[in-house]
Amino acid sequence: MTRYLCHRLLALIPVMAVVVTVVFLLIHLIPGDPVSVMLGPDATANQIQATRRALGLDRPLHEQLLKFYARVLRGDLGQSYFLDRPVTTALRERAEPTLVLTLAALLVAVAIGVPSGILAGASRGSPWDRTLMTGALLGVCIPGFWLSLNFIYLFAVRLGWLPAAGYASVFVDPVAALRHMVLPAVSLGFNQSALIARIARSCMLEVLQQDYIRTARAKGLSQRVVVYVHAFRNALVPVTTVIGITMAILIGGAVVTEIVFNIPGLGRLIISAILRRDYPVVQGVVLVTAASYVLINLAVDCVYAFIDPRIRYD
Amino acid sequence: MTETGRQNLPAQTPDVTSRRTRNRRPDWARRLYRNPNVVFGSLAFLLLVLVAVFADALSTHKPTRLYPAIRLRPPSLENYLGTDEFGRDVYSLVLHGSRVSLLVGGVTMLLTSLGGIVIGLAAGFSRRLDPVIMRFMDGLMAFPAILLAIALMAARGPGVWNVIVALSIVYTPRTAMLIRSTVLSLRELDYVQAARALGRGDLPLTYRHILPNCVGPLLVQGTFIFAYAVLAEAILGFLGVGVPPYVPSWGNVIASGKNTIREAYWVSFFPGAALTLAGLSLNLLGDGLRDTLDPRLRVQ
Repeated sequence: MTRYLCHRLLALIPVMAVVVTVVFLLIHLIPGDPVSVMLGPDATANQIQATRRALGLDRPLHEQLLKFYARVLRGDLGQSYFLDRPVTTALRERAEPTLVLTLAALLVAVAIGVPSGILAGASRGSPWDRTLMTGALLGVCIPGFWLSLNFIYLFAVRLGWLPAAGYASVFVDPVAALRHMVLPAVSLGFNQSALIARIARSCMLEVLQQDYIRTARAKGLSQRVVVYVHAFRNALVPVTTVIGITMAILIGGAVVTEIVFNIPGLGRLIISAILRRDYPVVQGVVLVTAASYVLINLAVDCVYAFIDPRIRYD
Repeated sequence: MTETGRQNLPAQTPDVTSRRTRNRRPDWARRLYRNPNVVFGSLAFLLLVLVAVFADALSTHKPTRLYPAIRLRPPSLENYLGTDEFGRDVYSLVLHGSRVSLLVGGVTMLLTSLGGIVIGLAAGFSRRLDPVIMRFMDGLMAFPAILLAIALMAARGPGVWNVIVALSIVYTPRTAMLIRSTVLSLRELDYVQAARALGRGDLPLTYRHILPNCVGPLLVQGTFIFAYAVLAEAILGFLGVGVPPYVPSWGNVIASGKNTIREAYWVSFFPGAALTLAGLSLNLLGDGLRDTLDPRLRVQ
């Protein structure tokens, strides 16, 4: 296990190197002169020159890249022009809503996805199975941001049950936080619950075909015991991986949900940074999100290797 | 075939063989026709294509013309799906929006397939290039797809071609990985080894024996990428970083509907329903094609 972990940690180095390089290159993809674009049409030649020097854009490309690597390794993601503070500080301030939203959506996705998938798999071909899988197909196809708008219209505008937008910190006012989080979490988690349900179902079907299940049936155990005691636990093993991947996907999806519900998280930070051409912030959000995506995937693989002893990574 | 038929088999063998050979293509096509997912998916998709092609003839108003006097009108005989905050006809906007979606989806699918084939083949065939290419692909796949697309759009600015290029960069690694793994498994097969032993070079070998076997997985993957790209285009438009706001696209119309959701649900509802239909048709088609063309990947 330790060897596997070391191996996986080493494999992270090239992946993160590519991530950092791509993030670095973003600023160079800006058509024309990035500094003039950033400062807008009113900037004087002196300002442009000073900013170019401050960003190190007057140096050769490879030198800029090495400096960028060095800065990232020190945890320095530069200075936001618009917010007038280091990018890392801005990220830290905005991380909480995104994290809470992602975790809440994950909870929704698992709470809907796992039972539906297991139930559909255990009763293959039944009306339950068909209904649940049709629901899952629709769940995959319905765009999350559109679902959010429909939820807002139905539950906030028409019925007035829940607030249409906004955010309350769970540490300040837990009740308000819960009321504000229901719609975003359900609309973000619903798509992913469909994915989890589909995979849970096929895992369940696979497990139900195994010899030990036949043995359990031959012993005379009831369908309920066979499915929910013997098959369920083993079907969950691959589902764990999917749950991890879901978490990673949700971080990306949270960007869009935050815009719909006006939640002051990383998603709104990056979109407002794009509109203000605050590129260091754009780079910072992308880098941090990609890094957490990579780390979550690593954690998932390790958990998977830990809970399923049949898996050997050499 | 009956017992009597079987007894007569030797005399009829040549006929049977020739009929089987003749029937091979229809057999393959028949399996497609019989798959309800393929049938429903392709019919719905065909409908979308027809709508996109005949959008001008089918629409009742010019989608870009603003009529402030009739802003936020609910669906009526005059405006089938109502009007938006600028008085634009939502029905005509939805019809014309399908053009951008299909253009972005289709071209992204083509570009990712081409890029995926070139990169996947290079990685699958060259042991020296393989680790470098694959680490690079891993790195690109480490970004959440939509976030990388947003970041690329942030750098390049709004525009249909920028959306296509951004989405192609985002989705090419997936296709490249698929082609590489197909090449790796095919490369070891006896018939490919035999062709190599006969002295075929890499290029003819690829063209004659490897690529034809990649078509199935590529088609399935391409259909899903089409669906992702249509959705991603709408998301980018919705966030205001996709195609410019004056171009009628589903994402842009949904974004304008967001501002007026309290007064006019129809502005965002109908383009979203069209987007869902597009996603549904492509997902059904993809699932059906996968089951028919690549039985190994069949989901139970």
